[in-house]
Amino acid sequence: MRVAANCLWLGLFGAGGLYGLLMVQRAVDLGFLLHGILFLAFCLAAVALTVRLALSPPPARALPDDRPHYNDAIVRAGVIASTFWGLIGFAAGLWIALQLAFPALNFDLPWTNFGRLRPVHTSAVIFAFGGNVLIATSFHVVQRTCRTRLAGHVAPWFVFWGYQLFIVLAASGYVLGITQSKEYAEPEWYVDLWLTLVWVAYLLVFMATLARRREPHIYVANWFFLAFIVTVAMLHLVNNAALPVSFFGSKSYIAWAGVQDALTQWWYGHNAVGFFLTAGFLGIMYYFIPKQAERPVYSYRLSIVHFWALIFLYIWAGPHHLHYTALPDWAQTLGMTFSVMLWMPSWGGMINGLMTLSGAWDKLRTDPVLRMLVVSVAFYGMSTFEGPLMSIKAVNALSHYTDWTVGHVHSGALGWVGFVSFGALYVLAPVVWRRERLYSQRLVEWHFWISSIGIVLYITAMWVSGIMQGLMWRAYDSLGFLEYSFVETVEAMHPFYVIRALGGALFVAGALIMAYNLWRTTRGDIRESEPLAGSPAMAPAAA
Amino acid sequence: MVGSSGRPDETPTTGHEWDGITEFNNPLPRWWLWTFYATVLWAVAYWIAMPAWPLVEGYTRGLLGYSQRAVVAGQVADRDAMQARYVERIAAASLEEIAADPELLSFALAGGRSAYAVNCSQCHGSGAEGAVGYPNLNDDDWLWGGSLEAIAYTIRHGVRNESDESRYSEMPAYGRDGFLEPEQIVAVVRYVLSLSAGGDGPVAGEGADIFAEQCSICHGEDGRGSVDLGAPNLTDAIWLFGGDYESVLAQVQNSRGGVMPAWGERLPPETIKQLAIYVHALGGGT
Repeated sequence: MRVAANCLWLGLFGAGGLYGLLMVQRAVDLGFLLHGILFLAFCLAAVALTVRLALSPPPARALPDDRPHYNDAIVRAGVIASTFWGLIGFAAGLWIALQLAFPALNFDLPWTNFGRLRPVHTSAVIFAFGGNVLIATSFHVVQRTCRTRLAGHVAPWFVFWGYQLFIVLAASGYVLGITQSKEYAEPEWYVDLWLTLVWVAYLLVFMATLARRREPHIYVANWFFLAFIVTVAMLHLVNNAALPVSFFGSKSYIAWAGVQDALTQWWYGHNAVGFFLTAGFLGIMYYFIPKQAERPVYSYRLSIVHFWALIFLYIWAGPHHLHYTALPDWAQTLGMTFSVMLWMPSWGGMINGLMTLSGAWDKLRTDPVLRMLVVSVAFYGMSTFEGPLMSIKAVNALSHYTDWTVGHVHSGALGWVGFVSFGALYVLAPVVWRRERLYSQRLVEWHFWISSIGIVLYITAMWVSGIMQGLMWRAYDSLGFLEYSFVETVEAMHPFYVIRALGGALFVAGALIMAYNLWRTTRGDIRESEPLAGSPAMAPAAA
Repeated sequence: MVGSSGRPDETPTTGHEWDGITEFNNPLPRWWLWTFYATVLWAVAYWIAMPAWPLVEGYTRGLLGYSQRAVVAGQVADRDAMQARYVERIAAASLEEIAADPELLSFALAGGRSAYAVNCSQCHGSGAEGAVGYPNLNDDDWLWGGSLEAIAYTIRHGVRNESDESRYSEMPAYGRDGFLEPEQIVAVVRYVLSLSAGGDGPVAGEGADIFAEQCSICHGEDGRGSVDLGAPNLTDAIWLFGGDYESVLAQVQNSRGGVMPAWGERLPPETIKQLAIYVHALGGGT
């Protein structure tokens, strides 16, 4: 069985290497040639790694005392990759925020203009940072809550390294100008195919681990992870259906056209938010909050009801991205009404997260990691109220195409996804490196406050800027003439763009503090310091 | 936030435990459940009222008979109907008649300002302040004339574009095309700069001679230019491409000239009239 599996992997990487050779030999454009070289190098390294894994003794599933022998190495790799890509993605975001305020920072070069760097930012934060956090946490959580070792020997590493290759191919492609220009699905056909292989392996590893669990029931976090993996696979395949111009070139044409393409794109786009950034991260929330709070989850019943309601309703909400376009009225109605019905199912997760703190609210004062996790849930609640609100056509008529949308996305991305990820990384690092505790609680405190201020600056600047922009666009004088030119709205937005960049800079600074703290933690360093809560009344704190 | 059953410690857990995590079996919060039901009811009501579900052919149209396209068409028709009485009179009137009628004038100024913001501000600036190569429209310095009629003609037919009626002028590239020696260019540039320098007035000498020979045909013997030929006035210290030594030198060497579209091909005649009235009000003359 093991031998057969190893032969299969070697065959796969060998075939990949052969195709890589063809890519290099026959490439019809420079970008494809460079990607061929990368792909070839990856396959050669994968063959070497597989041979090494095949020759090493297989890891035992259980330790001598019958406790499970968890695969923590893969989680350690995921924590490092998450931190690395997080820094890249946040820094790219700061750069493009500064470009919007100060266009000279485009440098008049094709590789560094806003149009190419913007997808680098979005893909780096969503797929590189968020995706690695999801892989690391899901692999950690599924092992612990199933009390069994992660399935597969080569497969988990194929998922991890294959996913990193996907990220590098995608990002380097954007900079070189390779894009199929679908938002959040910019990578071209060959990168999409590669991700499909990686994703199928991810699903198999996850399901095989669930299948060999040594618990009678599947913990709720795993439902969310599984829903995330399965749905993202479906979205990815449908939205990226394309015909390449050449099997040795980067350009392809999407199978859909016109408003059908637009609707497919936003069915994908909105469910990338719903299943990648919501369902997956709710899986993280359902493990790490009760774990860190050391309290039972508030309501099992609520978790079932809101899970199924969320899964069923989210998939319909995409058309609200296309209000007042060529999309038929009936589709707009469905998109809007399903978005409004999604409000409470979304809040079910918030309630379960927050109410788990019942009887342990005092820990928020003393445990900055728990505070980060709980504040992330608060941001989740805020974004999932704002989302249905913005999907209502009367509101959307004002908010659409403005910075309000950008602010909404970032309250979810920075506040919810960012903070719940940071919290999870802070909990994971000491566990998977087997350290006594984090290097410094006080640095977590700094990270929390600096990033929180950054988020507030970012969101409020975009709210004000977006609503102002929307009002200026629609302003008519008494004789029925437009009040403002487009460039006047751009001028008016400048100060808010500067404030937004400042907020982004604070968020990046917080992430740098985290990276330092995690690095020192992995080395086993411990920073001795006074208890966090300074005043004597609060002193009994110190964890 | 939670109802009377919200004290979790009184509620039993489900009995399972995963890696130290247990779950209470609290009931669904009542406010949560009822709000969820309310959104579902609202959605059903909305489906009944509005276009909502696709059928084999067509879709359910809803009791209110709403159509996005009909709403937009209605709004545009309302706006057009409201403006029609002005627009019709503007179409029939001359520019002078519009300028003399306070009601038409205020409408034309509002319409012109809006059309300017959409079509003209990209080059001439949102305050009509211009930029290098794009004339300032607030000053009283007009390359092709500042009367209502002259401005309307320039807007309608543009400058240096491909239409036959376009305004057209072209200054020779004296350096690039070898019409003058480098020293001669330096001399004439110094002379041109002296025209607007004030003080003792223009300096006689080689530069003055070259100017009289090469430049005065268009720019006039006194350098005051000609709106008929589109030749700028060189004595007023207003410069399209910059008035420092380097900029004037570059202009004499290589000669640059901007292009303006023939807006008459893109905008209705009433809008051109409104634009002319608006731009004339900025800095027009007679």
